[in-house]
Amino acid sequence: MTKLLRPTTLVSILVVLLCVVMAFAPQLIAPGDPLAGTPRDRLLPPSAEHLFGTDSLGRDVFTRVVHGAWLSLAAATLAVGIGGLVGGAIGLLCGAARGRVGTAIDFVVMRFVDVLIAVPGILLALIVVATLGFGPWSIALGVGLGAAGSFARIMRAQVLRVRGEEYVEAAAVLGVRPLGVLGRHILPNAARPVLAMAALELGTAVLSVSAISFLGFGVAPPAPEWGSLVSAGRDYIATSWWLTVLPGAVIVGVVLAVTRLARVIGESR
Amino acid sequence: MSDNILEVSDLQVRYRVGRRRIEAVRGIDLTVPRGGIVALVGESGSGKSSVSQALIRRLAGNGEIAAGRAVFDGQDLLQLPMKRMRAIRGGSIGFVPQDPNSSLNPTLRIGEQLVEGLRLHLKLGREEAAQRAVRILGDVGLSHPEARARQYPHELSGGMKQRVLIGMAWSCEPQLVIADEPTSALDVTVQRLVLDQMQQLAADRGTAVLMVTHDLGVAADRAEQVVVMRHGQVVDAGPTAAVLHAPTHEYTRDLVAAAPGLNSVRLTASAAPVATEASHPILEIRELRKTFTLRRPGAAPEPFTAVDGVSLAVPAGRTVALVGESGSGKTTTARMAARIETPDSGSVLLDGQDVTTLRGEALRQLRRDVQVVYQNPFGSLDPRMSVAQIIAEPLRAFGLGGRREQLTEARRLLDAVQLAEGLADRRPAELSGGQRQRVAIARALALSPKLLVLDEPVSALDVSVQQQVLQLLVDLQAERGVGYLFITHDFGVVRQIADEVVVMRQGRVVEQGPAERLLSAPEHEYTRALLEAVPGTAAR
Repeated sequence: MTKLLRPTTLVSILVVLLCVVMAFAPQLIAPGDPLAGTPRDRLLPPSAEHLFGTDSLGRDVFTRVVHGAWLSLAAATLAVGIGGLVGGAIGLLCGAARGRVGTAIDFVVMRFVDVLIAVPGILLALIVVATLGFGPWSIALGVGLGAAGSFARIMRAQVLRVRGEEYVEAAAVLGVRPLGVLGRHILPNAARPVLAMAALELGTAVLSVSAISFLGFGVAPPAPEWGSLVSAGRDYIATSWWLTVLPGAVIVGVVLAVTRLARVIGESR
Repeated sequence: MSDNILEVSDLQVRYRVGRRRIEAVRGIDLTVPRGGIVALVGESGSGKSSVSQALIRRLAGNGEIAAGRAVFDGQDLLQLPMKRMRAIRGGSIGFVPQDPNSSLNPTLRIGEQLVEGLRLHLKLGREEAAQRAVRILGDVGLSHPEARARQYPHELSGGMKQRVLIGMAWSCEPQLVIADEPTSALDVTVQRLVLDQMQQLAADRGTAVLMVTHDLGVAADRAEQVVVMRHGQVVDAGPTAAVLHAPTHEYTRDLVAAAPGLNSVRLTASAAPVATEASHPILEIRELRKTFTLRRPGAAPEPFTAVDGVSLAVPAGRTVALVGESGSGKTTTARMAARIETPDSGSVLLDGQDVTTLRGEALRQLRRDVQVVYQNPFGSLDPRMSVAQIIAEPLRAFGLGGRREQLTEARRLLDAVQLAEGLADRRPAELSGGQRQRVAIARALALSPKLLVLDEPVSALDVSVQQQVLQLLVDLQAERGVGYLFITHDFGVVRQIADEVVVMRQGRVVEQGPAERLLSAPEHEYTRALLEAVPGTAAR
């Protein structure tokens, strides 16, 4: 309980809660239209009226950041989901197969996983995006596959550890079928570190998704998205710093908060 | 100069856990006379180890000494500055730790570890200290002490390491040695040698010994005075003969009655047993053989025969005890009998049917008749399941009854192993060792098997709990007519539960026969040595 009351943790919880609201009910925080601009008000610096200033078309940057949260965060969450499920499944099967029928299968699959981990994640994501076409969902798939390798490794290591536990042997000796042992005993006991890692990976995924859409592979222009907001502000960096710095600060803040919380969750296990 | 080397008065130790304070030691008094051996006896959680740790001021980080005095040779150990304390520790007070396998530095040679203390406390020169170290190793009865001094801890057996530690405790001519469960991790025959060594050293050098132990047999054999602790308080104290042989205090009497070494009566069932044809064997194993391949770094893999032609039979409704020291192959034999491991040759017959080569679904169906209870009640229960789920699991695996019937049956089994129904929703981590072992027994009985293979089911439990679990097993056997293959290293337990005994050594059966005959008139020399080594026998 005391861990949750540390100031950094409290701030992180607040930031994450704010993110959830931004993603699901952006109107509550920024009632304006993220796409409508007032050409008269172009490139205004931050003020009480426009918290993050306005861009070259006179659109309110704060409204765009708030409305862009959904795409950025959903893509990041989906990426972690894909990575966790695919990697987790691979790790579970390899760990379970090793030493029985599938030592060879385990060996071959894990060497592929090694290659997956060796290739830089962002490069892998770019390959997927280039193959499947632009858009946030192919970014999510790309980032997710990049993370799948680490998930597979962690899951496999955990499965191998849990498989050696006495209660797993005891279950088999009780007469539980092999699949039952895998589903009821090995998976629940192996899943915890993987879940902790998924929380940690979420922060990285927010960053990767933003980075790739910063490079221009994300959503089509008028729709707001964090990475593309930073990218669009690049042209005015000398004159209008707020276009890049403030959305960038939001990304950094969210990544820090999520990572901090993931560590707290990991510690409290 | 006082006659007592150590006088402890009103010692209180407490631990902080979260916001709570746990009073582990609540004001104990205790004296150790010069040159005397005092045993501090108690079950786990009695605070006996906290006392020994407090005396050398090595409590765990969250522990503190709340009050009390411990006068050692005229100075209060609890008030001394840490610098003076360090000079006393290992110098005038030696310490023998519990687990020999984790108490030596694996990266230093044995000799170097002894030299360290000698140079520090006796200010000996390098050469002189090295010579003294070799002499000490010889004194504690190690063969080839020069060679031993150059070996690393992993090259020595557990018993040898414990002797090194004893040598270390005595190396700087201490006036007092505190030994915390010095032989709990050792086999009985090794335990006997190590305790003899300690007693010899104490007698030769006039060193006082404070021996912390859970084993009343060890205390009865070795100590002149006994202090019995419970819940952080001294409940009974005095000369060994008075305290243990004619116990007046109720708790001491219970402990003595439960101590397997001191008490040698076959437990009888509380209810009349069901009629079974005792002649018909439920399990028969014939000429089982199992070889493992030992791989050591830097050496060619060599075959190691763990079990070498073992045959035995378990009659229905009876208990066969398989006894042996560590490495005797008893556990491997049991695992083959339960078909957890596959024998290299030989056969396993259950109820007359050959089950040696069953696999897959046929092997799974065998589990209805053969169940296993493991040694470690902390490891064999899934930590994420509730007690009711654990007990109902075999029923679930064989699809017997619906969910509600399975849970009802689980509650009935909880009752059968004398656990409160309220425990059904708890997780294993919330239970004590004895409760967990009962849960494991309930789970094993869920399918009403004909044979239970019990691998050291009580060796991890306190004596009084051990007694209760053994009584439970005897009662359940009478009620249900289950045959037990009972693996143990403890002859005290054998006396309490076995109908027949099989003694194993180095993978072979050295002697087998009815318990009464084998325990009273063992024919084989090894059986006799084992029986004599049981702590408590010297006192009987």
